[in-house]
Amino acid sequence: MWDFVVDRRGQIAYQAFQHVSLVVQCVVLGTLIALVLAALVYRSALATSVANAVSAVGLTIPAFALLGFLLAPFGFGITPAVIAVTFYAALPVLRNAVVGLAGVDRALIESARGMGMSRMATLLRVELPLAWPVILAGVRVSTQMVMGIAAIAAYVLGPGLGGFIFTGLARLGGANSVNSALTGTIAIVLLALVLDLLLLLLGRLTTPRGIRV
Amino acid sequence: MSDTLPAPSTPAAPERKVSGVPIRLEGVTKRYSGQDRPAVDSVSLDIAAGETVMFVGPSGCGKTTLLKMINRLIEPSDGRIHLGDEDVTSQDPDQLRRRIGYVIQAGGLFPHMTVGTNVGMVPRMLGWEKQRVTERIDELLDLVGLDPDVYRDRYPKELSGGQQQRVGVARALAADPPVLLMDEPFGAVDPITRQRLQDELIRIQLELGKTIVFVTHDFDEAVKLGDKIVIFDVGARIVQYDTPEAILAEPAEEYVADFVGAGATLKQLTLTRVNSLELRQVTTASVGDDAAEAVARARAAGDDFVVVLDKRGRPISWPTLAEVSRMSTVPPTVDERLPVVGLGATLNDALDTMLAASQGGVVVLGRRDGMAGVVSIEAIMEAIQRTRQETAG
Ligand SMILES: Nc1ncnc2c1ncn2[C@@H]1O[C@H](COP(=O)(O)OP(=O)(O)OP(=O)(O)O)[C@@H](O)[C@H]1O
Ligand SMILES: [Mg+2]
Repeated sequence: MWDFVVDRRGQIAYQAFQHVSLVVQCVVLGTLIALVLAALVYRSALATSVANAVSAVGLTIPAFALLGFLLAPFGFGITPAVIAVTFYAALPVLRNAVVGLAGVDRALIESARGMGMSRMATLLRVELPLAWPVILAGVRVSTQMVMGIAAIAAYVLGPGLGGFIFTGLARLGGANSVNSALTGTIAIVLLALVLDLLLLLLGRLTTPRGIRV
Repeated sequence: MSDTLPAPSTPAAPERKVSGVPIRLEGVTKRYSGQDRPAVDSVSLDIAAGETVMFVGPSGCGKTTLLKMINRLIEPSDGRIHLGDEDVTSQDPDQLRRRIGYVIQAGGLFPHMTVGTNVGMVPRMLGWEKQRVTERIDELLDLVGLDPDVYRDRYPKELSGGQQQRVGVARALAADPPVLLMDEPFGAVDPITRQRLQDELIRIQLELGKTIVFVTHDFDEAVKLGDKIVIFDVGARIVQYDTPEAILAEPAEEYVADFVGAGATLKQLTLTRVNSLELRQVTTASVGDDAAEAVARARAAGDDFVVVLDKRGRPISWPTLAEVSRMSTVPPTVDERLPVVGLGATLNDALDTMLAASQGGVVVLGRRDGMAGVVSIEAIMEAIQRTRQETAG
């Protein structure tokens, strides 16, 4: 297997980069979408339970099935991959953002409003920063999960390490087939760990001292 | 209520500073949907500029609701609200609130911001220059008795409950609003801290002269802090609106008498303030002064102790002459148990403080925590005797 890796190191590095790049972009996009949605729903109990139901049900949709549905309108390529990965990335963040925003002490919101902060300013300057540690925990979960889903997205010719896994599995029994699948899998696990560490670091850097536990 | 004493005239300083504006409520009403009785039922109330008005009444009678309608955190269902000669009932609420300080029980400090950032919040929203905001933060921390260099960059969780509440007051005063609304601001701190915070508020109010509306559950607090007290019943019905003295002397209804409670004679202790007594001027010495010289000065003045002041002029201990003469210079030791009260403290507070410290006197603080003098237990007893005789005669 070592030879397999050494021989294809250029290709592996390129695909790894593609994979991480897809994941990071989709997580960023998914987080933004989730935050906007959370900000829209968290003040209403009804909308909040709808959002929670959507994120719970959404996570049970098999990635293959979703990709399959997306193939019809978008065909093979990067678009269905991005849509699917962003969809899954958004769900855990949405859930955590709703929980985090709902958990902000009412007295603080009243203070903010009482000193003349607009609703928007209160959300941006008080509620989001206070919910940030919870939101970031959601981002970490979603990054881990989406690393795997991005591999499945390679099925629709999306970029990334999934290609190694699928070509390997498709030619099972053929030369290097197991090496190919293993390389893809191990690379994804390692990269997931690295990303998680980076997010942990981001959390340390972006959480104010006053609310660190 | 036969034992109720006619109040001695309030020591209202003649040239009291006023920076507040009057508040006028006209038929202010709040109906919550699904409730047959309004929470606040057509309240009309005039509050004079620069006065502290205390709202008291049973739980759920609508005090908080009425207070929050003044800064429109709760929109009135009906009625008009005037600040000064402006009708603010339909003004932009965010703009309105930046001109009204608001302090709540929990302090409501933002935990993710430093003390300085918290205090500077409203000035920044109003677009003050950075330099001016920074200066203002230090000025306010100093005003509420917190050393800016020590506390400016701390986070709220690194402060005690009482200190957090001081920061809450500083933050509410930051943009120099003419009106201050306070909803049980000292409800969650221990009695000694509460008394100190009350003293500070009295001192600050003497300096600033804001119009303050203050909700409390504690009738003694109302008597101590209020120029006027409003006693409410359910639906925020105003039962009595008068000076503390008048309410103690002539409760408008049986209901008020019950609320005021027994022991109205002793309540007079909360009506008489330390600043109405003659403070004893005692020998002071600054940290680092020559000890022998300080002792000599004290002997000449007939004192058997000296009050030691730190470099900002605040009293930190009161050693006996014997203790001082053992040193070569006046020591910088801070006596944590030194009994102190503010000029606005009541005789009740002063007695409490003495008892808590097992001392026969208290140091009275004046402006910016400097020393105003000393009051002994004898002076307090004398004042009580005098009041009794006046009422008997
Ligand atoms: N958001 C709300 N919705 C419905 N009813 C409310 C709401 N807020 C307060 N009330 C009701 O209005 C009445 C007055 O409440 P308010 O909070 O003003 O009382 P309070 O005098 O401040 O009481 P406390 O001394 O316990 O703080 C109460 O009967 C309360 O149940
Ligand atoms: Mg209340």
